[in-house]
Amino acid sequence: MSTLSQTTEVVDPVPGADAPHLPGQPDLVQLLTPEGERVEHPDYSLDVSDEELRQLYRDLALVRRWDVEATALQRQGELGIWASLLGQEAAQVGAGRALAADDMAFPTYREHGVAWTRGVDPLHVMSLFRGVDQGGWDPVATGFNLYTVVIGAQTLHATGYAMGLQRDSAESATLAFLGDGATSQGEVNEALIWAATFSAPVVFFCQNNQYAISVPIERQSRVPLYQRAAGFGFPGVRVDGNDVLAVLAVTRAALAAAREGQGPTFIEAFTYRMGAHTTSDDPTRYRLASELEEWKLRDPIARLKAHLSRSGIADAAFFAGIEAEGDELAARIRRGTLEMADPAGTEIFDHVYAEQTPELVRQREEFVAYHASFEGEQ
Amino acid sequence: MSTETLTIGKALNLGLRRAMEDDAKVLLMGEDIGKLGGVFRITDGLQKDFGDDRVVDTPLAEAGILGTAVGLAMRGYRPVCEIQFDGFVFPAYNQIVTQVAKIHARSKGRLPMPIVIRIPFGGGIGAVEHHSESPEAYFAHTAGLKVVAVSTPSDAYWGIQQAIAHPDPIVFLEPKRRYWEKGQVDVDGTPDPLFASRVVRGGDDVTVLAYGPMVKTALQAAQAAAEEGRSLEVIDLRTVSPLDLAPVYDSVRRTGRCVVVHEAPVTLGLGSEIAARVTEECFHSLEAPVLRVGGYDTPYPPSKLEEEYLPDLDRVLDAVDRSLGF
Repeated sequence: MSTLSQTTEVVDPVPGADAPHLPGQPDLVQLLTPEGERVEHPDYSLDVSDEELRQLYRDLALVRRWDVEATALQRQGELGIWASLLGQEAAQVGAGRALAADDMAFPTYREHGVAWTRGVDPLHVMSLFRGVDQGGWDPVATGFNLYTVVIGAQTLHATGYAMGLQRDSAESATLAFLGDGATSQGEVNEALIWAATFSAPVVFFCQNNQYAISVPIERQSRVPLYQRAAGFGFPGVRVDGNDVLAVLAVTRAALAAAREGQGPTFIEAFTYRMGAHTTSDDPTRYRLASELEEWKLRDPIARLKAHLSRSGIADAAFFAGIEAEGDELAARIRRGTLEMADPAGTEIFDHVYAEQTPELVRQREEFVAYHASFEGEQ
Repeated sequence: MSTETLTIGKALNLGLRRAMEDDAKVLLMGEDIGKLGGVFRITDGLQKDFGDDRVVDTPLAEAGILGTAVGLAMRGYRPVCEIQFDGFVFPAYNQIVTQVAKIHARSKGRLPMPIVIRIPFGGGIGAVEHHSESPEAYFAHTAGLKVVAVSTPSDAYWGIQQAIAHPDPIVFLEPKRRYWEKGQVDVDGTPDPLFASRVVRGGDDVTVLAYGPMVKTALQAAQAAAEEGRSLEVIDLRTVSPLDLAPVYDSVRRTGRCVVVHEAPVTLGLGSEIAARVTEECFHSLEAPVLRVGGYDTPYPPSKLEEEYLPDLDRVLDAVDRSLGF
């Protein structure tokens, strides 16, 4: 088995790294090889019980089952669109499980796996993609902000929230999610500057899934993304994003440092978007099938399953149980999505302001009267 | 009752001070607002008294100011953001329009955004490019924001406190060329509501509407008109969004004529919306179309030309003449 991950001179420890458009990947933190072998890293250790390992597997498997069901529902016309997380389950579950209850996560629009770890009901995510609302969960109660669609805007929110934590002397941190494309945004660079300047307790968790829709990472950066952190004056680390254990260890350490007042960390989770950008996308137009096949060999769930099986931590009955639980979850999501009531038209007026304006009161009345004028008609 | 004579700038300074005393969650953020006290000295002395955690000299990044304000607001703070000049708000425009304005609706009211965005706005100070803009229509067009434009020391003093205490995000426009003008402020009095227009001079012939720096111009025009025997009613709109036009309708139903004055370009400026509403509400009372006096549809000019670009007393009177000529 490979010991490549234990050296910093590694050139190609991850799948896809030898794809034509990808440079060598130095300094990758890995605790579980693609083959499912548990390895050590000099800087990151992880104490996990067998039960915790089984729970991580459960998270990964259920999140993927949800994702598969959501894609199917979109294909059947029940969702307007779906942003699949296929291939990024380990990055999201590992990061999400590193959070403490009082920490606050700031997702993009693809962090369904993190939502899961925060206890957000999947149906509250489905309602967004069905067009019922903009996300029905309570961001305060769950410690999981609403999805932010404008690329990178949430990194500043996470930084500001972290500045609030500082002022409150709270021993908590924020976790700001972003993608590889977002690193080109001015606002993201501002967030990195602010976080550094104020030593804010924020961790930037960048899932480098290699593509911003169709545009490969080389168009965003001439250097590995994690190395950018040095220019802002705080640590950057690249972790195997398909290794849930390494992601958990690295994110835990970064959050702990942030809570202790050591300031921000930039984590680049090196991963791969195995599906389309969204259900509206066609990745065959911009990438080779062979690239996807390579990454499939390093599937984040298969490697944990291999580890659990080989080490005797989980048996066939356990995996069968998870599969059955996944099917139940999928059925609940399907049923809940189909039964979701359409919102009342007047809802568009009701939360624009905390203190309603006379003009919106007038427009709402006009709306009601207009629709009432059709009552009794066929 | 304790009445003081204050400039608009000093009134804002005292209003900010009082808001910070009243609520420990209020914090000020902006470029050069700490030690320097802001380029217009509006925050003079506040960092010394409240500390640099509450009066924050930020990095030079306007999107950063508004974006971090969102996070602070989520954490229960009430950020008051100073944008140094009107033309520098645009780097923050994305955060203001896509985030600050929409988060309350997006969250079904779970995440209020009590953020005040202070912007010195308008021209007339002989500045270089991007220091004389009137961006209010961009914000008034954005659902989720409220927009206030003060014209007097009293409104500056009370308005900034009311804006900070208000639960919704407010773009608070300060008439920078009037910062040094003085007026009476009853610092213990009871302020008028924030979102209410006010008749500042009664008259019978033509209704003239203005806000911010143009209120004084409109009043000067009314004075000049009076000397020629014409009676102008001047209304200070005070709030640009939501508009409070009930007093305007009452006035126009009497005068039958309406002129709207602002520095911003006329095309799709506030005057356009006001003209439409006044026409809808006062159609049978109007003796003339609602006329607009404003900037031309050009970039704000070099300062040697700004007096010709900006509405002044004569251009207001010219519009009054045209209105009366119908």
